[in-house]
Amino acid sequence: MTSQTTHAATAGAQAPKPVVEAKDVHKAFGDLHVLKGINLEVEPGTVTVILGPSGSGKSTFLRLINQLETLTGGEIDVNGEMIGYKRLPDGTLQRLNEKEIAQQRSKLGMVFQKFNLFPHMTVLENVMEAPVHVKHMPKAEARELAIAELKRVGLGDRMDYYPGQLSGGQQQRVAIARALAMKPEIMLFDEPTSALDPELVGEVLNVMRSLADEGMTMIVVTHEIGFAREVADQIVFMDGGVVVEQGGPEIIDHPREVRFRDFLQHVL
Amino acid sequence: MPHHVERDGEGLPIPNRIEAKPVKRTGQIVAAVIVALLAAMLIHGLVTNPRFEWNVVWKYLFNERVLEGVGYTLILTFLSMIIAIILAVILAIMRKSANPVLRGVSWFYIWFFRGTPVYTQLVFWGLFSVLIPRLSLGIPFTSVEFWSVDSQTVVTAFNAAVIGLALNEAAYLAEIVRAGLEAVDPGQEEAAKALGMKRSMIMRRVILPQAMRIIIPPTGNETIGMLKTTSLVLAVPFTLELQYATNAIANRIYKPIPLLIVASFWYLLITSIFMVIQSMLEKHFGKGFEARPVGTKGKQTPLPGKTEGEPQDDVNKTNEAAFLGYNA
Ligand SMILES: Nc1ncnc2c1ncn2[C@@H]1O[C@H](COP(=O)(O)OP(=O)(O)OP(=O)(O)O)[C@@H](O)[C@H]1O
Ligand SMILES: [Mg+2]
Repeated sequence: MTSQTTHAATAGAQAPKPVVEAKDVHKAFGDLHVLKGINLEVEPGTVTVILGPSGSGKSTFLRLINQLETLTGGEIDVNGEMIGYKRLPDGTLQRLNEKEIAQQRSKLGMVFQKFNLFPHMTVLENVMEAPVHVKHMPKAEARELAIAELKRVGLGDRMDYYPGQLSGGQQQRVAIARALAMKPEIMLFDEPTSALDPELVGEVLNVMRSLADEGMTMIVVTHEIGFAREVADQIVFMDGGVVVEQGGPEIIDHPREVRFRDFLQHVL
Repeated sequence: MPHHVERDGEGLPIPNRIEAKPVKRTGQIVAAVIVALLAAMLIHGLVTNPRFEWNVVWKYLFNERVLEGVGYTLILTFLSMIIAIILAVILAIMRKSANPVLRGVSWFYIWFFRGTPVYTQLVFWGLFSVLIPRLSLGIPFTSVEFWSVDSQTVVTAFNAAVIGLALNEAAYLAEIVRAGLEAVDPGQEEAAKALGMKRSMIMRRVILPQAMRIIIPPTGNETIGMLKTTSLVLAVPFTLELQYATNAIANRIYKPIPLLIVASFWYLLITSIFMVIQSMLEKHFGKGFEARPVGTKGKQTPLPGKTEGEPQDDVNKTNEAAFLGYNA
């Protein structure tokens, strides 16, 4: 997207400011310490792919960025603004209220493994829902927008269908269009193709690829190593709640850490 | 037989379409004839039996007091169900609230109103103006009063009947609504949150419409139950509804049977109308759920939220909702 690229350009010759910055992030569910100090920077217009075995805390990390879970320790900034809390003049933290959290969330689009489309609404209504009811956009305008987003994911001819009438791949593309309709600055994907039949994976990855080409900032949890190698600017390998290895896409072919090498041998 | 190639909905040819005779169903036909005969005999017996006094039934079917009774029964049913549904949704949401005081109040309400007979509750509401003669608005625990009113003018016999029925019913419906809310996939709430929707909006636009699909059948049951529970308002006493009206006529003319038939006729008619409305509502809120791919080739995918290996639509919760309805 042009706004992102210009933003990146104006940040200029110095290092661009990260859009997402995780600083020593910890998450515990009761006694279960799931994330044990994650540090990560995501630069505007880049694609970060998070890899890791099941239970390593990848989903938990994405859900923290979108505040579907609350932080136990550390800090996450989106566009330089701390999420979930504000710092009072005396230095203590104050939890944000519901409205402020919703406001922060609406800048992030999220795509789930199991689509989570609203089954009682048509495809078009699904995509129009948030623009109309969260942004208070006039219906006619939201409709135009929704149609444009649906065409973008190749579903201009399925607008009046219910989600239950679509294939899994089509449902996931609608879910992407629904998130895009809020004009998010960052898109989060949590295993978007894991619930799909193999022959439907490609159509969803293609949509994601073209999003990346347009300069969307994306954080993607996936097991699609091919996609990661081709599209990612940054690869993060997590295991046991810590980042084990991190680098450019080339680390997939030249892993340094034993655990990463083992993992790659299993998924490739 | 003319030999043409048939085509499916997408215009693709279906060669050699199978045209076979159906399986023979002699047993079914015999059974149907026997049942139809028995039913005809039963109806014939009823209609020709002089002790049912059909002429009296006919005479009182559209009697003014009977029609007025039908009217009051309908109004009592509607008003109390509407109030009960609103209260029930509030109670169910309170029950799931993060605030322990709200949860506790909701639990206590349901415990109390389900735990005592509706007849007793109606007697209490009838005695309300005796027990609490004046209602007032002021500062609690002081004698400061901004506004007050005689209970008698607010809690009339009719209002007492509606309040009594509604508050009792709300307790049952609250459990039905709660089970319905819990049957909606939690992924729905997450997706809505991720879009920036706030809790109240998520409830109104995403969760409740889906819960309705599960809530409506048992609520239909409850409404039909309520139709007949209205006859208990004689405990208040409120004496204008259908059962009391027909009973009063029967006692006056010493003909109980024909007037019971009159009352049954009207109850049956209203129940039938409710059933039609229920099935229309079910259709409305079922939109998108009965949907199956049309004209798609190949494998069918699961409905949203029903992906293999993920939390599925909770069948137990659905059953629980229905079960609560049947027992209420
Ligand atoms: N709400 C929760 N309550 C308790 N434990 C949780 C909760 N959510 C996640 N966990 C636990 O946190 C750990 C990390 O889970 P997470 O879903 O982040 O893993 P993941 O890397 O996404 O795995 P997968 O590849 O299977 O999706 C797991 O042990 C999981 O059981
Ligand atoms: Mg996960």
